[in-house]
Amino acid sequence: MTDQTPALRLEGIVKTFPGVRALDGVSFAVMPGEVHALMGENGAGKSTLMKVLGGIHQPNEGQIFIAEEPTVMTSPIEAKSKGVVFIHQELSLADELTVAENIFLGELPRKSFGRVDWKTLYDQTNAILKTLNVGFDARTRVGDLSIANQQMVEIARALTVDPRAVIFDEPTASLTDAEKVVLFEVIADLQSRGVGVIYISHRMEEIFKITDRISVLRDGQYRGTLNTAETNEEEVTQLMIGRTLDLSRSESTHQMGDVALEVRNLSCGDLFEDVSFTVRKGEVVGFYGLVGAGRTEIAETLFGLRDPSSGTIMLDGEEVRINSPADAIKRGISLVPEDRKAQGLILGMNCRDNMTLPQVDDMTAGPFVSDGAEVAIFDQYRDKLDIRTPGWRQLVGNLSGGNQQKIVIGKWLSMHPEVLIVDEPTRGIDVGSKSEIHNLIRELAAQGYAVIVISSEMPEVLHVSDRIVAMFNGRVMREFTAEEVTEDSLIQAISGLETDKVA
Amino acid sequence: MKKETRANLIKQGAIWAFIVVELAFFSIAGEFLSVTETAFMDFDNMLLLLKQSAPIGIIALGMTIIMINGNIDLSVGATFALAAIVLLDSMTWPFMAAIGDWAIPLAWGFALLTGVVLGAINGLIVWKTGVDAFIVTLGSMLGYRGLVFMYNGEQPTSHLNWTLVDFAEAQFLGLHTATWFLLGAALLLWLLMTKTVHGRNAYAIGNNREAAVNAGIRVGPHFLWNFMLIGFLAALSAVVFYSESGSVNPNDGMLYELWAITAVVLGGTKLSGGYGSIISTLGGVIAIQLLRKGLGHIGADTETVNLVIGLILIAVLFLDRQLNRKGREELKT
Repeated sequence: MTDQTPALRLEGIVKTFPGVRALDGVSFAVMPGEVHALMGENGAGKSTLMKVLGGIHQPNEGQIFIAEEPTVMTSPIEAKSKGVVFIHQELSLADELTVAENIFLGELPRKSFGRVDWKTLYDQTNAILKTLNVGFDARTRVGDLSIANQQMVEIARALTVDPRAVIFDEPTASLTDAEKVVLFEVIADLQSRGVGVIYISHRMEEIFKITDRISVLRDGQYRGTLNTAETNEEEVTQLMIGRTLDLSRSESTHQMGDVALEVRNLSCGDLFEDVSFTVRKGEVVGFYGLVGAGRTEIAETLFGLRDPSSGTIMLDGEEVRINSPADAIKRGISLVPEDRKAQGLILGMNCRDNMTLPQVDDMTAGPFVSDGAEVAIFDQYRDKLDIRTPGWRQLVGNLSGGNQQKIVIGKWLSMHPEVLIVDEPTRGIDVGSKSEIHNLIRELAAQGYAVIVISSEMPEVLHVSDRIVAMFNGRVMREFTAEEVTEDSLIQAISGLETDKVA
Repeated sequence: MKKETRANLIKQGAIWAFIVVELAFFSIAGEFLSVTETAFMDFDNMLLLLKQSAPIGIIALGMTIIMINGNIDLSVGATFALAAIVLLDSMTWPFMAAIGDWAIPLAWGFALLTGVVLGAINGLIVWKTGVDAFIVTLGSMLGYRGLVFMYNGEQPTSHLNWTLVDFAEAQFLGLHTATWFLLGAALLLWLLMTKTVHGRNAYAIGNNREAAVNAGIRVGPHFLWNFMLIGFLAALSAVVFYSESGSVNPNDGMLYELWAITAVVLGGTKLSGGYGSIISTLGGVIAIQLLRKGLGHIGADTETVNLVIGLILIAVLFLDRQLNRKGREELKT
């Protein structure tokens, strides 16, 4: 492999934005027929690097080489014509058009007077689809395809040119296991044709399964390239974050109090059914299950965003009806939602105003909001949660994911809730801040909060929970204590393999 | 951080810089092209300009709040006309005629109440049906205008009360009554939007409605209050204007909603909600009035004036887009 010319090589790429050195001398090379993983925490510079490669950004310094030819990219179209193709995480397809039309969008084969040459279009498309071995044809409407098949359409689009390098950006984010297998086959096929593949992902097991080499970025700097066969997850993680991460189970050291929240036989249409559980003061209860198991929907019901069809919710032993989030907040139930940016924050507002938003009603002096009281609350929780921001005037949209999440958590803590529900506490947060959030959750429990954590990441659930509720298909399959749970039994429970229910 | 504050200042200040440019341009151009002898920057002329800004200006202030909320209100022109009819007609009612000048505050009250009720109807429909405010108020714009015509057919409704006219034409500290109402309303609404919980929530809802709901803000009642507020302001605008003129045509107030929106947008408030300022809208109102007066001053006719304002509106928004795009990583489309 070493005597070959690289399919794509980057040398000393520097890209600065006002005040930030996003890329600081990044160099690496992808050989033909190689799958090369690009890893790094959020904000390490992966997306900037890809934008430089795709011609969306121009580098301040450095050079891109395609087959050792110095190349300047000025647009994604130019990149494509030079054989560098991107398969993005977010698909950009026109749902109402056919597979063929999508694949040749913008370059449909023509006959005289601008008429589309449908026959050539469908023939060429079917030829490409055949090499991908997919189960749909050129005339299928894209909107009727599954996400995985839509991704295949994107890949087929990449194959209309003769690609030298194909870049996959988090391609498995929304794929099922079976679909992943198909994707990996396609990647292997590209590999055998001598295409260089850059594979961006956070999922270690995939990286180790399909890649040949791993390059790591940290803080915009190139941190080295490892041969996948000769390294392990720990070494890669260490390279990414600069230190090892402790994800062992935490021991509870504090006493638990009375039952704060009790849910009995709660159902909501066909979203979830007959769900019962309790949360004590000082306890972290983890909800684990696959996407669609009904975990988020339970949280939304407790927070007054959905009306339950039957069952009861009891707070401190007293039955309550929760009709709206305003209601829930009044009763001391808080929700840190799954999608921070869409559901938890007002991105165009500053840090302080975001934090005080639900209680600003109680912070008035005469008709006006009291500035001082607000700043006092913000300062208190900035220090308490170690929120890193230049000041309260900073727009929340400009903070990193971890600090944004702390703002949302601080928003509720400052109101001293009874029950804190945290849905996917560390989604889209870099590895370093993750453990901070985990510690914070443990600490809150120690202070006597009743905490519910919903997560799709098993290490996270195992790490923070005192008890784990395993869900499958809208039902509680089993409850585990931290002592008795094992990875295998948990996986069994959330796959619906185990049916004996513990009430 | 510092840069952000600066960028914000530039954005907020842009409309005032534009006003200064207008003043300079019309002063100089006026020297050569003016159809009258007086200078454009004449003090009385400027005072008059403020007074003439008032009717649309007061409505535009309310529109700013509605738009920060992420809504829009197209029915304000019709509300304006209907409130004016109630104001003038109510003074001719027998029991009103009997109580002399006490009829004046009562008539004002009736007119303002009309505005609040019409606004409340809009707000309730938006809240309870969840239909987009654009559609709801498009409907009520037609409906309210229908009511205006039902009241007196094609005939104008007139009533002159000289006490009222005197009040409306009065000048206090040099400023006309209408100007005081405009500035007073601007001050109160500025306080409302920047210093109170209601204002804070308005920005939050406009910026991210879902997150606002999740923070326990009750969006529906909030919308209702704001539609009542803009209804009140449309009526207030009518009260101020028709106290002086004493006669309302059934077509009065047509296109006011669009002029108000133009002023709001010129002032930098976003159509998508969550961002904007009362003070900048005041700037937008004055800028438009300056253009009208200025172009008139150098001899342009109404058609030309509208054409120029339209072009400037598009140019300003294009410029705004370019400025905002810089630095942010927006995709080329």
